[in-house]
Amino acid sequence: MSSKKLLNEFTKGIIKENPVLILMVGLCSVLAVSTEVKNAIGMGSAMTFVLLGSNILVSFLRNSIPNKVRIPVFLIIIGSFTTIVDLVMNAYAPAIHKNLGIFIPLIVVNCIIIARAEAFAAKNPVLDSAMDALGIGFGYALVLFVIATIREILGNGTFFGVQLFTGFNPVLIMMLPPGAFITIGLLMAILRSVKK
Amino acid sequence: MKELILLLLATIFVHNFVFARFLGLCPYMGVSKKISDAIGMGLAVIFVLLMASVFSWFLQYAVLNPLHIEYLQTIVFILVIAALVQFVEMVLLKTSPALYKALGIYLPLISTNCIILAVAILNIRENYNLIKTVVFTVGAGLGFTLALILMSSIRERLELADTPKSLKGEPLAFIIAGLIAIAFFGFSGMM
Repeated sequence: MSSKKLLNEFTKGIIKENPVLILMVGLCSVLAVSTEVKNAIGMGSAMTFVLLGSNILVSFLRNSIPNKVRIPVFLIIIGSFTTIVDLVMNAYAPAIHKNLGIFIPLIVVNCIIIARAEAFAAKNPVLDSAMDALGIGFGYALVLFVIATIREILGNGTFFGVQLFTGFNPVLIMMLPPGAFITIGLLMAILRSVKK
Repeated sequence: MKELILLLLATIFVHNFVFARFLGLCPYMGVSKKISDAIGMGLAVIFVLLMASVFSWFLQYAVLNPLHIEYLQTIVFILVIAALVQFVEMVLLKTSPALYKALGIYLPLISTNCIILAVAILNIRENYNLIKTVVFTVGAGLGFTLALILMSSIRERLELADTPKSLKGEPLAFIIAGLIAIAFFGFSGMM
């Protein structure tokens, strides 16, 4: 197995198969938690952890999971990692855990993870699956980070909680749900026109 | 009674599941291209939602709490929902082929619809009793259906409109969702 192939598994998730902007999965959490950069990083790492854990375990067990019950087995694996993240975040980062709220347990129904388990980890060796998970997780976190940066700067005049300008009148609508919808719509349109 | 009506209206309009809480966006973008699909999907969601929330409510208070295994909530709920969707699909296929034909193709999509799990968890987090659980669930389903129907009727017309190429389809759908969300802020004055 060449290192070039592994690198390819990693980079494809960032732009070519970006889960959010190209494949359009996992949208709910992206829009909901992107009000602050801090939340975005918390959510991005939680998601990458679950993705990595479930991809490695599914790939490890891929020959022993009976085909008929594979979806429930995937759900249990993903659910276990989600519960781990939920409990760990609650213990060590209670402020972020509270901000992310219901979207932490909802990682379990995030289509990105089950799609990667089904489409990639169930067919590929462990190392490839781990790289795939890291790439997709990074691509997800990157989009989240970009949207959160735009929304936090325009909607609150801050970046990572630090005040950027004086005398700036924040555009409140960017912090509210409509801001999220409009930002992601414009980002998708920009990516499409660049890709062409 | 007044409290329940307020809860219902608030869930449908003020805290609409799509426009204010960002839940169920994947099926929302996927199935909002035609009005007939939107209605079918909406009905299927309301149907499964009701069964899933009532069932998970009993499960929480009759099994998880007495045994002190609340930390298994996420895993137990998602398995119950997946099994329930499968079960509903089988029962519909045997008993009512007509209904199965109308709702059947939407059912597999529903198990990964985050609204179902979110409503089940929110019912517990908000400490709703059984009646409030039912009202909240119906509100969530109606709100989602309303959002789907609104969006699909706009998108049916947009198909024919001359829009910029890079905005066609989903990007424009998101921007429209944003505009509808702004309009929905008007309802917050209602409460």
